[in-house]
Amino acid sequence: MNGANALVQSLVDSGVEIVFGIPGGVMIPIYDALYGRKDLRNILVRHEQCAAHAADGYARATGKVAACFATSGPGATNLVTGIATAYMDSIPMLAVTAQVRTTALGKDSFQEADITGITMPITKHNILVDDVQELPRAISEAIYLASTGRPGPVLVDIPMDVSLAEIDYEPVKEVKMRGYSPHIEIDDSAIDAAAELIAESERPVLYAGGGVITSGAAEELTALSEKTNILVTTTLLGKGAIPETHEHSLGMLGMHGTAYANHAVHECDLLIAVGARFDDRVTGKLAAFARKAKVIHIDIDPAEIDKTVQVDVAIVGDCKEVLKRLLKKVTKREESGWNKQIMQWKNEFALTCPTNGDSLPPQCVISKLSDMLKGEGIIVTDVGQHQMFSALFYKIVKPRHWLSSGGLGTMGYGFPAAIGAQVGCPDKHVFAICGDGGFQMTLQELAIAVEHKLPVKIVLMNNQYLGMVRQWQELFWNHRYSGVDLSVQPDFVKLAEAYGAVGLRVHKMSEVEGAIEKSMEITDRPTLIDFRVSREENVFPMIPAGQSIEEMMVNRPK
Amino acid sequence: MQHTITVLVENKPGVLARVSGLFARRGFNIESLAVSITDDPTVSRMTIVVTGDDSTLDQINKQTWKLIDVIKVVDYSEIPIVERELALIKVGAQTIERPAIMQIVDIFRAKIIDISDSTFTIEVTGGIDKVNAIEDLLRPYGIQEIVRTGKIAMARGHHTAMS
Repeated sequence: MNGANALVQSLVDSGVEIVFGIPGGVMIPIYDALYGRKDLRNILVRHEQCAAHAADGYARATGKVAACFATSGPGATNLVTGIATAYMDSIPMLAVTAQVRTTALGKDSFQEADITGITMPITKHNILVDDVQELPRAISEAIYLASTGRPGPVLVDIPMDVSLAEIDYEPVKEVKMRGYSPHIEIDDSAIDAAAELIAESERPVLYAGGGVITSGAAEELTALSEKTNILVTTTLLGKGAIPETHEHSLGMLGMHGTAYANHAVHECDLLIAVGARFDDRVTGKLAAFARKAKVIHIDIDPAEIDKTVQVDVAIVGDCKEVLKRLLKKVTKREESGWNKQIMQWKNEFALTCPTNGDSLPPQCVISKLSDMLKGEGIIVTDVGQHQMFSALFYKIVKPRHWLSSGGLGTMGYGFPAAIGAQVGCPDKHVFAICGDGGFQMTLQELAIAVEHKLPVKIVLMNNQYLGMVRQWQELFWNHRYSGVDLSVQPDFVKLAEAYGAVGLRVHKMSEVEGAIEKSMEITDRPTLIDFRVSREENVFPMIPAGQSIEEMMVNRPK
Repeated sequence: MQHTITVLVENKPGVLARVSGLFARRGFNIESLAVSITDDPTVSRMTIVVTGDDSTLDQINKQTWKLIDVIKVVDYSEIPIVERELALIKVGAQTIERPAIMQIVDIFRAKIIDISDSTFTIEVTGGIDKVNAIEDLLRPYGIQEIVRTGKIAMARGHHTAMS
């Protein structure tokens, strides 16, 4: 067979079930190899960025690796945003790009771009395969790298002559790389030290991140919390690490975290970080972050230890395995005055939805959706105010039911990622909560949702603004609303209909439930609900960038 | 503070770019970098001299080790090593100055490897301080060009980077 067929066979042999992509000149041999194959589903997206986001959403929802395909040059560069998004959030992904022929490489050939050079800082690894004999191994290694250890995107660049060259294909049996060993021996003395710190502490808090979701450790984390009565706050990506309906859940911490989570972290004497990386959106001003606390840090990536916050006990290893061992070592703790104190904050600073007459506050819409779905739906957000409202007001009950671009903060992520999630989880209700700004960055994928009969529900939080920027301009830039007005926009209901999707519009709270119910009855196409939300809602609480809890705003300043 | 690290990498195209790119984007400061092939043709060896405090060095080691094409990172901060650098120095050498320059070369156990009517080209090998010292002493004669390889280093005794 030729290299292109060997590529496709390698993907199938490695367990990849789905490809999102677009062909192009030098990609034709690879698409030819996809033609008629029943064992590798192939979804033709309308922009390569969405191929990467869809593969990302598929991976976050299912834990499985999907591939995204793009042709050389502009096809490959269009993947970049999606690859960077996955990289920042440690999401496994295989990106395959076609490349100009090896003889044309380095000559500024038509549609040539140095995609391995371009993606070096945003991939876990990448490789240009210049010999067809190495192709099957390159694919096996790429999938192995992407999905083991701290996961991440891996890109394989394949020149057209390599796709066309003949090879006697044999499946790769074993992958072994001398520069990579994801298996980490957990240091039991560190587990003991951590258990001791936990036993000594009076005011401990658990801080769980995306690593808990990735390693499938939600159950262990919840068990640890229950055994020790230590309450849990999560990062944006850690939502689902403990059911947010659980009385031990403090919701999200950080810039737009709940006040009670931030107070708990600020006052704690022991912070137990599990699969989290002390991102600046979590810590704010580092010098003031959890300054009374000793820190235990559990992470699979040794480079995360002491990167921004110096820790007292580091346990390097897979969260699930570490938590299992830690769970055996920790002693049972009863609820203490500290628990009561946090519960008091939880009451005092409880999140509330604004009630202003006939308007449609976005918080209330999200809250209603949360009440209706009871944790059963998969929630995919875009980036901006609606994302933070969702993080605050939507209660995630199970891991892999919350998909959001945290690290890169990629507007345009939500809808294509929801498509990927729906492809991976056909029996789930998948909701893409988007702002009108972000949705307009990738809305062309309505076509594939219609084409593949994907009943993704688009919850459009339409405030006709780039709302988060407007909020910052209101609060910190003297109300100078520069470059944020999106009031010239399409009629989203008609737009949905033009694509063959269902469009609904909601103006009032009383219409919310009916519209969501209706969207859930539609199973053969996407539904867009245009929620005409209040234009100038702000996300609170808010700790301004680089500041500490002392500067936290709980409400709009007078 | 200066640290010397040795990085063993896959001898593949683009590996130098991966390492140097990592250093650049994470703000690690490279003082010198020497790369060559090793006794194993599939492995290249980089000797990198970096400046930074202990936590920076810790990050450099860990982040470099994360690169898939990096086989091993050895931090030479804590162990005894031999280290050498080679420099070629082209210095002005008028007839009247030549004996004095030759005396300096002699004292430093350096070599004059090329000569013209107005210049010497001097080869010197040694630690960084030695190369700096001869450079300082030759400066009054007019250094016209200098090239330094950057430091290479090896552990003393029977230890090897691979062991």
